[in-house]
Amino acid sequence: MSTKTSILPVVGSHHRTLEVEVLRYDPDKDDKPYYQTYQVPCEEEWVILDVINYIKDNLDRTLSYRWSCHMAVCGSCGMMVNGEPTLTCASFVRDMPAKIRVEPLENFPVARDLIVDMDSFVEKLSSVKPYIIAADERTVEDGTFTQLPAQLADYMSYTHCINCLLCYAACPQVNLNEGFVGPAALALAHRYNLDSRDKGRSVREDVVASNAGIWECSFVGACSEVCPKHVDPAAAIQQIKIAATGDYFINFLMPWKKSKNTDEASSGGGK
Amino acid sequence: MKLANGNYIRSPNRYSWWLRQGRYVRYMMRELSSLFIGVFSVMMVWGLYRLSQGETAFTAFTDMFWSKSILVLSVLMFLFAAYHSYTWFIVTPKAMPLKLGGKRIAAGVIIGAHMLLWLLCSVAVWAAFVYGGAV
Repeated sequence: MSTKTSILPVVGSHHRTLEVEVLRYDPDKDDKPYYQTYQVPCEEEWVILDVINYIKDNLDRTLSYRWSCHMAVCGSCGMMVNGEPTLTCASFVRDMPAKIRVEPLENFPVARDLIVDMDSFVEKLSSVKPYIIAADERTVEDGTFTQLPAQLADYMSYTHCINCLLCYAACPQVNLNEGFVGPAALALAHRYNLDSRDKGRSVREDVVASNAGIWECSFVGACSEVCPKHVDPAAAIQQIKIAATGDYFINFLMPWKKSKNTDEASSGGGK
Repeated sequence: MKLANGNYIRSPNRYSWWLRQGRYVRYMMRELSSLFIGVFSVMMVWGLYRLSQGETAFTAFTDMFWSKSILVLSVLMFLFAAYHSYTWFIVTPKAMPLKLGGKRIAAGVIIGAHMLLWLLCSVAVWAAFVYGGAV
């Protein structure tokens, strides 16, 4: 890839100058991406996203990227920083070397500059039905679900996912197997399976416990290492594997138990 | 590769992707360990077969272990087996989040208990060999 360099004068007082190599790609003009280098005067307390914003505001208005909250909640500003999937609003410039390379998240098609096409993820996420599937249809008169703090604690950590896609960028299986449902979607499936209000485990199992689901995971563990919210998708997937294996043997040894298990969820509102 | 809709697919190299980061190298070493453990298992089965053929055959089998190449292979197999076991026990709290009295047991306790059990079993097997007259 060719490198276009633009060295602009450094203005104002600053902590250090960071050399930033950014992957650029304009689908209307470019046949393939290239790197462009910027010299960015940084403040001590800046995060990587501040650096990108500085480039956009002061050096190059054509740079495209996603961001919103600047506080590790919206999950929009995930990028590869020196090859590591990084939430750029939650990673400080002071922890970086003098030269950094910023690229769009791996394992997704690049739409423009640092923006990836995340449609495949949205499809995978909806395929695991990440919402409460109750055993019976409830009406307003039935009132709210009740749940004990201990029941909440069972799945609480898996609710922290912000869909930032860092785990998909880190996972070699997502790269090698296009159809793999992937870490975040499986962790969210597990989150609903663990919820005491939910009875949809066997409905989700068609996707979750399939070859493209948990069994494509070889426990690299990279997803959990890069997760900025400590969701631990690797743990979720291993726990689903154990539960699915248990189901398999129970169905094999006690076929009469199977009917009871599937009735509960697939009949939905049946009484 | 540029797609019809303008999107560009950047695919990491299919064969060298795992060399880019320490965590992928560690993963591939863990996967590679299965080869060495497989070779070790075949050797053990071979040893049982030789044992069934009588003392001379079995002595020839055990003598084979003192050749330099088999010694080197044995050390490699031991290191990979130890690494494999270590990686196995280090992830136990993820696959097995245990609760005691409604509270999660700390990950370190689950790992520590496994490691301790592993150590005790290893010492017991070693003692059985050395003091049980097998060597």
